[in-house]
Amino acid sequence: MPLNPEYVGRVYGPGEPYEVSRVKIADFADAIGEASELCRNREAALKAGYPDVIAPPTFAVIIDQRSTAAVVTDPGLGLDYSMVVHGEQGFSYVRPLHAGDVVVATTTVESIKSVGALSMMVTSTSIDTVDGEHVCTARSNLVERGPES
Amino acid sequence: MTVTYDSVGKGTELPPRTYRVTRLDLVKYAGASGDFNIIHWNERVARSVGLPNVIAHGMYTMAQAGRFVTEWAGGDPGAVADFGVRFSAMVPVPDDDAGAAVEFSGKVLEKLEGNRVTVDIVARADGTKVLTRARATVRLP
Repeated sequence: MPLNPEYVGRVYGPGEPYEVSRVKIADFADAIGEASELCRNREAALKAGYPDVIAPPTFAVIIDQRSTAAVVTDPGLGLDYSMVVHGEQGFSYVRPLHAGDVVVATTTVESIKSVGALSMMVTSTSIDTVDGEHVCTARSNLVERGPES
Repeated sequence: MTVTYDSVGKGTELPPRTYRVTRLDLVKYAGASGDFNIIHWNERVARSVGLPNVIAHGMYTMAQAGRFVTEWAGGDPGAVADFGVRFSAMVPVPDDDAGAAVEFSGKVLEKLEGNRVTVDIVARADGTKVLTRARATVRLP
């Protein structure tokens, strides 16, 4: 089923604040094999000029996917999530996320395209602290495979 | 050998690295990221929807690409400003201790102001490119 093109330009959020924690950063670093002390040791992070331990660059996908969940589960969009594959992902950081950051995410549907049995949706998620400081923009391209492809 | 901004130029190659991904890695990544999509841990379901096996999360492979760049760039995961990839093929992960091997290579595409460079990354599994248009802008010491 083609995605509803009227959803282009829709904005979701900001949702509930997400608190970036030291434990979550360390767990994520362990899971991806990131060995840096800057993700685990506060003293090392301070010495490197950061306010606390920092998150690896793909950590923001946790916050991005929580926010885009509001879009992909919106019944009016017509997305069959069981047929979705991740097409592209990008992050633009003003600075790294660090433990103690409390951020909110706002997701905008940038484009919707249907080519044959494939549908593509690009979303852009702005991640900002609750004090209004912009930290990161995450861009995601989800591809829905058609039933015959 | 520490890489510095002054020591690299356009075309400088990053030393290639191979990272292995096992089923255990995918389970850990699912837990840490919150992405519990069943095709990343259940072979029966993965095969039933036409996949060759359990497949790695694309974001797991992207995370490895990030680690590949920041390890080269001095070990600071906070040095990455812009980072984007296209997921061009799946990485099937067999149910054994060796898992799948993903080979990373890369080169400096451009030198920018502020000690930053743009790196072009290639990731291959079983000879197939699994990431394309993979670029990271990273600050070098």
